[in-house]
Amino acid sequence: MALVEFRDVSYEIEHRPILSHINLAVEAGETLVLLGRSGSGKSTALKLTNGMLFPTAGQVLVEGRSTREWDPIQLKRHIGYVIQDVGLFPHFTVARNIGLVPRLAGWPEPDVERRVDRLLNTIGMPASEFRTRYPRQLSGGQRQRVGVARALAANPPVLLLDEPFGALDPVTRFELQQQFLDLQRDFGKTSIFVTHDVREAIRLGSRIALLVRGTVEMVSSPAEFQLAHTEEARAFLACL
Amino acid sequence: MRSDLTNDIIRLTIEHLSLVGISMAIAVALGIPLGILIARTPAARWVLGLSSIVQTIPSLALFGFLIPIPLIGGIGTRTVIVALVLYGLLPILRNTFVGILGVDSAVCDSAVAMGMTSGQLLRQVQLPLAARTIIAGIRVATVTTVGTATIAAAIGGGGLGVFIFRGVASVDTTEILAGAIPAALMALLFDGGLGWLERKFSVV
Repeated sequence: MALVEFRDVSYEIEHRPILSHINLAVEAGETLVLLGRSGSGKSTALKLTNGMLFPTAGQVLVEGRSTREWDPIQLKRHIGYVIQDVGLFPHFTVARNIGLVPRLAGWPEPDVERRVDRLLNTIGMPASEFRTRYPRQLSGGQRQRVGVARALAANPPVLLLDEPFGALDPVTRFELQQQFLDLQRDFGKTSIFVTHDVREAIRLGSRIALLVRGTVEMVSSPAEFQLAHTEEARAFLACL
Repeated sequence: MRSDLTNDIIRLTIEHLSLVGISMAIAVALGIPLGILIARTPAARWVLGLSSIVQTIPSLALFGFLIPIPLIGGIGTRTVIVALVLYGLLPILRNTFVGILGVDSAVCDSAVAMGMTSGQLLRQVQLPLAARTIIAGIRVATVTTVGTATIAAAIGGGGLGVFIFRGVASVDTTEILAGAIPAALMALLFDGGLGWLERKFSVV
């Protein structure tokens, strides 16, 4: 079953099209990578998925229901979201940052604490050491890990990642990509992963959707993508 | 004779403190909610402009303008408090507004994306992160108000200004100092105390 589906979705701001006639289905458990240049509409597609934006035409379905029919707050709590700037709350400890969504959703306190400890250990940041730290006391890579843990905290079926590793040094980025693959294997989340890095797309994606000026040029497996001949695909492959 | 002066200093200092305290309490109670409002509704930003205009009116003139106004005007404490509130409002209003808008947009975006309601965003994210800036505004407003409140004596509002006006009229330096020194000390104390609070609320 497609957990997230774009049905002929268009989005425009003041008659300037950002996305045009997008059709995509994200199957349960897969990682769909949206690959494209800056301004190709990738991030907009994510914001259409969790109801931060609504399509001007067509509809986005999450678990078979249009985002317009979802309660906007429930929809967002149902979908994990990781962004490049992380957006951790600087006045919250690591533990409070990770426990945010479960607390908003009204989990009992002991469950939240257990969940936070487990996630911290899963992302390789021992709870005993990192629980009480503040984001400013972490490295960029650690912050991004906490961002991923926060997105996973309430166990959402769908995860949206907007260039999550874009600001990291290449070595840390590689490590976090590996960790993301491990998490995918263990948790089997359905993910939409936005990147402009073709290596990352090939490494992490079950499928790659190539976005060019607001349209989907092709959707293919990473292996097929490497053999693609469209102009934009070749431009990206030249970066390898 | 000396003990008379001491008693007067104590009485007028308490009067002065209550003028400042009441005015600042009202200015904070109005300024923070108004600041939140204008941060969230761009259409209400004219309030900021209006408040800036009030700030430019010389204080003695403002007292003069207020006297003939029914209900809030007249001679005495009430008029003084209205004027002090009007002066104290701008720094609090502006700092609340700037503090909230100054919260990192990535942090606000992620709060919304996590499914925070608008009220949760305000209480859990924007206000705590703006707290330092808001307190800085209250600090500026309070220190200024301690000084401005000395003019209250001109319209019968009491406070340490009574000494200063009397001293100026009778060319008596002792009287002027009896008003000026406690006022200066009070300003320094507020500045230090609120500065300490400001640092306590700095999170990043």
